[in-house]
Amino acid sequence: MSVEFCGLRLAHPVINGSGTFDALAAARALGPGVEEDFPFAAYVSKTITLEPRAGNPPPRLWEAAAGMINSIGLPNRGVDSYLGQDLPRMRFTVTGAEGPVPVPVITNVMGSDAAQIARLFERCDGEPAIAALELNVSCPNVATGLDIGADPAELESVLRAVRPLTAKPLIVKLTPNTADVAACAAAAEAGGADAVSLVNTIRAMAVRPDLSGPWLGGRSGGLSGPAIRHTALAQVSAVCSRVRIPVVGMGGVQNARHARELMAVGAALVAVGTENFRDPAAGRRIAHGLASQPI
Amino acid sequence: MTDTGYGTRTLGVAQRRQVGAYTLLAVHDDAPAPRPGQFAMLAAADGWGGGEDERPFLPRAVSVCGHEEGRVEYLLEAVGPGTELLCGLQAGARLRALGPLGNGFSAPREGEHAVLVGGGIGVAPLVLLERRLSAATVLLGFRDAPRAAAAGLFTAPRVATDDGSVGAHGSVLALLEPELAAQGAKVYACGPTAMLEAVRALCDERSVACELALESPMACGYGACWGCVVPLSDGSYARLCFDGPVIDAARLDRVGEGFGAAS
Repeated sequence: MSVEFCGLRLAHPVINGSGTFDALAAARALGPGVEEDFPFAAYVSKTITLEPRAGNPPPRLWEAAAGMINSIGLPNRGVDSYLGQDLPRMRFTVTGAEGPVPVPVITNVMGSDAAQIARLFERCDGEPAIAALELNVSCPNVATGLDIGADPAELESVLRAVRPLTAKPLIVKLTPNTADVAACAAAAEAGGADAVSLVNTIRAMAVRPDLSGPWLGGRSGGLSGPAIRHTALAQVSAVCSRVRIPVVGMGGVQNARHARELMAVGAALVAVGTENFRDPAAGRRIAHGLASQPI
Repeated sequence: MTDTGYGTRTLGVAQRRQVGAYTLLAVHDDAPAPRPGQFAMLAAADGWGGGEDERPFLPRAVSVCGHEEGRVEYLLEAVGPGTELLCGLQAGARLRALGPLGNGFSAPREGEHAVLVGGGIGVAPLVLLERRLSAATVLLGFRDAPRAAAAGLFTAPRVATDDGSVGAHGSVLALLEPELAAQGAKVYACGPTAMLEAVRALCDERSVACELALESPMACGYGACWGCVVPLSDGSYARLCFDGPVIDAARLDRVGEGFGAAS
């Protein structure tokens, strides 16, 4: 089952979506089994920014039909705290075909312009514990208000500026909230991305029970879970048809069948997100299903 | 596949018992003994997602109410699609559970006397707390007699009801106030938002130590999603599932907007 991805050897093709599994918190809440028999072949961190972020005011969650809407707002303690305190503790092993192997850490970062992203890349580049970087481009440009990743020309230009600053493999986490996700993927490839990952959550909103306004503290949020699985399949399929770099497919994956569907349309790896909230061992269960079940 | 012990487990319902307006579910469970104030994420193994608007989708955070070897008890009130399904589970039905989770109440220190203050379905974690303490004053508030039946789960409770049908007529706060005059009172409270805010404000005014078991809708229960945060007085947010659900009242400016309820 082991797979090659951007020069990394992974025990199986199942990883986590950024922000859907806090490995250090999970180990403390659920026990050392999390670290010793990690549910994913690589660990994608939550989004790290230059400065600490508190995140959005609550309420942050809404349960939707076959899914949920979140408006978390990327809370994190900033890159200094991440590199100094969290990263050194991220030593996990996953059971592969030849026994336990270390879990590579993929650090997800976000900046609101090329200069911020450049500083994040420079900070992370010298860290041997970071196997790869994932760039979250679902961030509004402070000048234009548009998501960096929603406009192909903007995305390519930002990537051309920052790509040379790190020797690490670079995954670009595409936003699905754009007119032409395949064009954005092609722009990421042209800008030097080694892989793309999609889909992030789909912009969504919930109204208070008394109809008095938006439910979420951040007003709108992102829809995830099985409700978006077929949207994700269409977007992953379109992207896989357009680019040559490997694609990490995600969106509503709950079992090995769903993972196989994403791989059938071209995904090299599959990420599990919202299903982790319902079962912290979901990734392990899905990886095992991929290895053992016939189609 | 070997069980590494950290995933959601499928368990069987041992017994379902009506306690007035509430449902007491006893579940076969060999997990380590829960601490008072801890909770589990629960979902029915069958039919989850089959309700109105295709809900529920996420598991529900439910306080542990009782424990004996091999058996964990939960007290539930049907207030939405998730709790309705859980309340309907019969003996032999299967459910999915992750837990025990979260930080429980801290034990009273030498010289401290525990005063337990519960409101409505929020009395659940206090049942286990009373059983673990050698001595405690238990004060409970309910809307009406069907809900006040939950007082029967305690050894020596004093009860107030909004409608006066059981015990004192009025708020549990009226029962609490005289108790705070005694030296060394330590308050442990769980209940609706308005009650918790009143308890917090009263304890703050009288400089009485106070721990609150708080509630917020959760997606994961183990610190992954950051969805269940509540604002602390230092301006930061605490994940209730991970930093709570029991929070020292001194860390809060108030219990109010943003503190949600189960569904």
